[in-house]
This record gives sequence, C-alpha cells and structure tokens, in this order.
Amino acid sequence: MEILLAFLVGGLSAVGVYLMLRPHLIQFLIGFLVLGNAANLLIFTSGRLGSQFPPLVQPGGTVLTPIANPLPQALILTAIVIGFALAAFGIVLFFRAQQVLHTLNAEAMPESLEAAPAPSPVDEVREERR
Amino acid sequence: MSWLLVLPLLIPLTTGILCLVLASRPAQRVLGLVGALSLLGSALALLIQVNARGIQAVQVGNWPAPFGITFVADHLSALMVLITGVVAVAVALYALATGDELREHLGYYPLSQLLLFGVNGAFLTGDLFNLYVWFEVLLLASFVLMILGGSKAQLTGGVKYFAVSLFSSILFLVAVGLLYGATGALNMADLATRVGSVAPGLLTALAMLFLGAFGLKAAVFPFFFWLPASYPAPPVMISALFAGLLTKVGVYALIRVFTLLFTQDVGFTHGLILWIAGLTLLLGVLMALAQGELRRLLSFQLVSHIGYMLMGLGILSPLALTGSVFYALNHMIVIAALFLLAGLLHRLQGTTVLVRMGGLYRSHPWLAVLFLLPAFSLAGLPPFSGFWAKFTLVAAGLQAGQYAIVTVALLVGLLTLLSMGLVFAEVFWKDAPQALGQAPGGWGGLVVPVVLLAVLTLGIGLWAEPLLGLSQAAARELLEPGRYIEAVLGVSR
Repeated sequence: MEILLAFLVGGLSAVGVYLMLRPHLIQFLIGFLVLGNAANLLIFTSGRLGSQFPPLVQPGGTVLTPIANPLPQALILTAIVIGFALAAFGIVLFFRAQQVLHTLNAEAMPESLEAAPAPSPVDEVREERR
Repeated sequence: MSWLLVLPLLIPLTTGILCLVLASRPAQRVLGLVGALSLLGSALALLIQVNARGIQAVQVGNWPAPFGITFVADHLSALMVLITGVVAVAVALYALATGDELREHLGYYPLSQLLLFGVNGAFLTGDLFNLYVWFEVLLLASFVLMILGGSKAQLTGGVKYFAVSLFSSILFLVAVGLLYGATGALNMADLATRVGSVAPGLLTALAMLFLGAFGLKAAVFPFFFWLPASYPAPPVMISALFAGLLTKVGVYALIRVFTLLFTQDVGFTHGLILWIAGLTLLLGVLMALAQGELRRLLSFQLVSHIGYMLMGLGILSPLALTGSVFYALNHMIVIAALFLLAGLLHRLQGTTVLVRMGGLYRSHPWLAVLFLLPAFSLAGLPPFSGFWAKFTLVAAGLQAGQYAIVTVALLVGLLTLLSMGLVFAEVFWKDAPQALGQAPGGWGGLVVPVVLLAVLTLGIGLWAEPLLGLSQAAARELLEPGRYIEAVLGVSR
C-alpha cells in the first residue's frame, strides 16, 4: 500500500510541478491544487497506514494496538483548509489580473515599474475609477 | 502561563479585529498607532523577562509539551519581536501621514495588524507545523496588502509574489510531513532530541527541502528573482513593512532549524549556506548597481544583505551567530528607513526613477543628511549600527579562517557604498532635470518615522553594547540547544 501511494504521490507531484511551470495562470492554479493534494497524501502516508482501530480510548480503558495515528489527519485537514483559502484567493486574484492586465499569460505581463514607470499607484487607480 | 509571551500575538489580533469592527477611518488610524505602540511595549517587556529569567515557554491549554501547542521565546525570538514592534510603529506613523484614503478605506489597517500577528506568531511558535500555519497567516495578509488598490504594477507584482509563495509553502509542507514521518514529532524541541536517530543521508535531504522552502521566503540565491519584481509595486507604507519584516521571517526560520535540528553534517549543509550567502551578497549588490529606479535598487540591496545574515549562520561560531542576529535586527531598521525615505522622495519629486530626480541637496540639504544616515549604516560605515554588524561578521570569518567569504563581504560593503553614493549623486547632487514643483500636500509628517529610525541606527551604532550583548546571548542559546529543549520539555536531555 505504501509503495502504491508513494508512486501516486510521485506522479501527482510531477504533474503538479509541470503545470506550475506553465506560463498560463489557470494551469498554474490547477498545478498548485494537484501538488497540494500530493503533499497531503505524502503526509498521510508518512504517518502510519493500514490499522483498523480508530484512535479512541474509553475512560480508563487500555489502548488497542495498533491504532490509527490521528495526527497526520489533523495536519492534512489544516493543510486542506489553508489550500482552499489560497486557491480561492488565487482565483479572485487571477480574475482581477485578467480584468486589469487583459492577459493570464505570466510571460506576457510587463516587468513591474521597469517598462513604464507609473506616476503613482494611487493616482493610477484613481484615474481608472473615474 | 506567561501572558507576556502571548501579548505580541493578542495585541495585533485584537487591534485588527477592532479595526474591522470600527470601520470608521479616524478610529482605525488611531487604533493602528495604538496597536503598534502597545506591541512595542509588550515586546520590550517580553525581552526584559527573557533576559532576566531565561527562555520562556507557554503550553497552550496546559497540554504537556510534545503534544500541545507551544510558544517559546528565547533571546532571538524576543529580539525579533521587539524590532518588529519598532518597524510597526515607524510604518504606522508613516501611514498616518500619507493619508492614503483609498487603501485605508479598503482595509489597510486591519490587514497590516494581521500581518504583524502572523510575523510574531512565526517568531514565537515552538512547533514546526504551527510555523507553517503562521507563515500562511502572514502570507494571506501580505497577498492582500500587495494588491490592495489593484493598480497594474501591483497586480503584476502580486501574481509573481503569490505564485512563488504558494510553491515555497508546499515545499515547506512536504518537508514538515517527511520530517514527521521520519521522527514522529513536530515540536521543535522534541524534534531536536530525536533527529539523531534518523539516517544521516535522509536528514540531509530533509535539510535541503527546508533550505529550499525558507530560502524562497528569505529571497536568497538562486531564489531571489521574485522579490525585486514584487516589492516595489505596492505603496511605500506597505513595501517598507514587507522589506523590514517578511524576508527576516525566512531568515529567522533558517537560523532556527539550522542551529536546532540540522547540525549533524555541518560541513555540507553549512558549507552550502556559505556558498549561498556569498552568491546572494555578490549578485544582489551587482544587480542593485544596475537599477535605475530607487525602490527596485533598494529591493536588490535587501536581497544582497540577506547574504550577510546567512554568512554568520554558515560559519556557525558564537561570534558569527552574534553577527547574524545583530545584522538581522539592524537591517530591519535600516531597510525600513530607506524604503520610507524612498516614499518621502517620491512625495517630493513625483517619481522614484533616478534619472528624473535631482537637485534635492540645494532645496533640502538636511534631507540629504537624513538619507546618508541609513545609507552609511547599510554600507557599514562607523559609527552606525551596520558597522558593528559587519565588523562582528568579518571578525568571525577571520577567526574561522573563511577568507573567501570575508573578502566577498568586504567587497560587497564597498559596492554597497558605491551604490548608495550613486543614488546620492543622482537624487541630491545632480541638477534637477525638470523644474521642481511644490510638494503636493504636506510631507512633514513623512519625515518623522525616517528620523526616528535613523536616530535609532545611529544610537545603536554609538552605544552598541546592549544590543550586541543581547545578540550574543541569543547566539549562545542557539549553539546550546539544551537550554531551549529544557525550557520547552521541562527536562534536560
């Protein structure tokens, strides 16, 4: 089982990294989600696999060995929530970038401040709003 | 439970929430300053307690150490939190004076407080997974701050910053997961007692993952490209906060894990850090010399000087680590001052492109002096704080026989001086290429935080003993992890 998961994690990482290296931002975001899942599976695998007993102990009871390790699941849960928050923010950010910059290709975006020194970020925004 | 340890977290969190609740602008402005000042006060109290009673640790919810969530403050953490408070106060004063209505309306104050919350959390946590969570807290706040207002430059820079941060976060998560798999521990003190049983090859591989993850955050060679692309984009009150604090969180994390956990193969790991330090120093300063825009130039200087902090970590002697810690503290003050000064110059001349600036020495001679204070400190001239920082590092390098890195450090010091001299010539000496208009709006208030920071760097330079002593105490604690472990786990091993 561990070996199967190891290959799965490796494959997902490869796909994720490949997508994150693409210039298109949507591909980048999907790559991030895939790579994030690979990381979560990795933590899950590096915990302990293959036990049938939940990590619950009755008051005064003895620990049933081997119990499942609850910590990796708690960690993954946190990581998933954070991953969702980042992905949601990314979608909104890229949507706004598309609106303002008219492109989602990271290579087509101008090097900030170098190509055209903006007068002042504040004034620029005020003009856009008028 | 020591309240002093959680106050640097509770104060920014409470202030941030209050700012959200009291949406009125004047109330937020007052709260922003009050929050920063009380953060500084609590950080000072924490440092005094750590200095008097040794390393402080808090187990949240009274769960014993390896299981519960731990906050620890040793000298390094307490000093970093203190200077975070100093930078926060300076930036809050600057934000008050800019009157950037748009961004205040969009939530600058709550976001900056949440950023401070995340930064202090990262400095004080004693648990590796919590460090990841604190990184995410400060990253999310910084993402929004970076694009607050949504100008073109900000969105371009923001996309790059976001992309790089996501990648380093996943790298960090993977590293934490694998280290947990190898040791079964997440508490840093607990980890320190267990890493010895891990196969040396595996541990070195894990160390490389951590080096990559934190190196990306600290913007070291070869991962520094994103910083100059994104930091100059937002307005100065935001980029000064980033420049002062965010990369230092990465440096702090590097210092922490490479003194506490990964010390079994010093020849390889710390030798590699020395190489990285040297290349970061050289490339950063050379790129800075090629820049024609003040804030981009300062961003490359920021990158370059991260190299000095890594140099001390790479040498790993008591004196070298003292130098690293002192350099990080001094640099937070100096670079924040320079960024704020860039904003002041922008207000005066309407641009930060060097060829379009000029003639300021004639119209504002005292401003030229004000520029020279942090600029000389950055270059490491006596009697400023930067001199002692470089002097300590160079002395440590000579002691350890690392002549190559010492040569690089001294050369980069000269090149920094050259770079700052070029800026001075362009901005102050050269005749103004266009007729200078009157400064739009008041700018007197913008000077106040710059003066405060400049006086501070001069003060530290003239009276370096206390801060050097504290850095030395921090270095001593870092090199003897036994005390840290004892403070957290309650037993010495």
